[in-house]
Amino acid sequence: MNKKWLSVAALLLLGACSSPRGTGDLGIVIERASGSVQVIETTGRTSLARVRGLGDLSHASVVYSRDARYAFVFGRDGGLSKVDLLTGRLVKRIIQSGNSIGVSNYKPGGVKVFDSGTLDLIADIPAVYGDGKRSKVVGLVDAPGKRFVFTLYDADEIWIADFSDPASVAVRKFTGVGEKPYDALITPDGRYYIAGLFDEDGMALLDLWNPDAGVKRILDGYGKGEKKLPVYKMPHLEGWAIAGNEAFFPGVGRHEVLIAKTGTWKQTGSIPVYGQPVFVIARPDGRQVWVNFAFPNNETVQVIDVPTRTIVKTLKPGKGVLHMEFTPRGSEVWVSVRDKDKVVVYDTATFKVLRELPAEKPSGIFLSARAHKTGL
Amino acid sequence: MKETPSTEWKRRPLRRNTLALAFLIVMAVTVERAAAGAEPARERQDQLLSLLRQDCGSCHGLTMKGGLGPPLLPQFLSGKNDDDLVDAILNGRDGTPMPPWNPFLSESEARWLVGVLKKGEGAP
Repeated sequence: MNKKWLSVAALLLLGACSSPRGTGDLGIVIERASGSVQVIETTGRTSLARVRGLGDLSHASVVYSRDARYAFVFGRDGGLSKVDLLTGRLVKRIIQSGNSIGVSNYKPGGVKVFDSGTLDLIADIPAVYGDGKRSKVVGLVDAPGKRFVFTLYDADEIWIADFSDPASVAVRKFTGVGEKPYDALITPDGRYYIAGLFDEDGMALLDLWNPDAGVKRILDGYGKGEKKLPVYKMPHLEGWAIAGNEAFFPGVGRHEVLIAKTGTWKQTGSIPVYGQPVFVIARPDGRQVWVNFAFPNNETVQVIDVPTRTIVKTLKPGKGVLHMEFTPRGSEVWVSVRDKDKVVVYDTATFKVLRELPAEKPSGIFLSARAHKTGL
Repeated sequence: MKETPSTEWKRRPLRRNTLALAFLIVMAVTVERAAAGAEPARERQDQLLSLLRQDCGSCHGLTMKGGLGPPLLPQFLSGKNDDDLVDAILNGRDGTPMPPWNPFLSESEARWLVGVLKKGEGAP
């Protein structure tokens, strides 16, 4: 009898799958330890499928095809997997030794660009510096004007690769940008590329509207004279929060979120927080900024109210909060809690838990709305 | 029951012997544990392995193949001195992002982790 019910359930599911649907409320949850991803939907807050066999997904990142149907999942083992959100299947997977997608690599350091349809290699840019050494590459972004911008961690360089003519890619290099640029971001308008510096208090800014002006130092010495704390997890800049005309970002080695005015990029304040921030991300309307923290404070999430610059909520989802992703209009936030093997969905107005979904050591959460945003 | 003085006299050397024996056992255990690097308790081992994979792994790669930090696979560690590796874990490494883990690990725990890594048992 149980079996019968199961087959009826299976038929119903198949029926649901065969009717047309959009992808606007779909997304991917990375399960990094098991090399799998879950396809989730945010309307009913359910898991639709699990896709296995994606290799080593530590530090995995995801970008979407422009039709928001396919997710490209990059692993640090060089694997590139194309997942179909509608069928919940792995379409293609290759191991690498615009209309294209870029992958940055730690080793061998460089950037490879693949055709998003076929996953054929279009271009290979080794990150060679000095006397032939290869640098790890971080902070790769897909900038307006068919350009990829990325940072060479070991070389202290930022490169712009212009793909207007894929047959002859022009690379422009900016050297000596600052000590150990560990990650970078592009502002939502696609104009400014900003790299965080691990060994210096300050950041490196490149105006992509005017690259001739070169790389400028901003927020120089923002914590001068203070002793930095040891950093147990590198902050991430990908979700850097721009709320109105202010930017919120993690202070490296400090229990602080720093605030700067966009445009002038001068520091206008700082907010003491619970631990060292890893992700500092704005709710899409810019009213709230959510912060998670590095080991050993990674059981907590704090919410900053932007107008008053105060912490209005401290949540304890559990040990190993690794990532947060807002639904496109910001009414909910999906939080991965690694050590609890679950994803927790919060209402951002009431801070109530709306749903908990089981997941195997979840890390990154990537919703399909990213397909239409610059820098994600 | 009252004990006779003769019994009292007999018990003393017996007690001393017992103490000496206990001392010897403790010595033996100490020597053995030192040789084995004082293995952490089973439960603590699980915590340490989880820390290694998840937290060390965030820089060195979940499978220890390297990331922003260098790889920690046996072939990269075999030539390195255990004491230096333990020192790097506990005190961090100047000039690199490697932080000191001594607030969270004892020396014997760091030494146990070095053993795990050298045996290639760090990756899940």
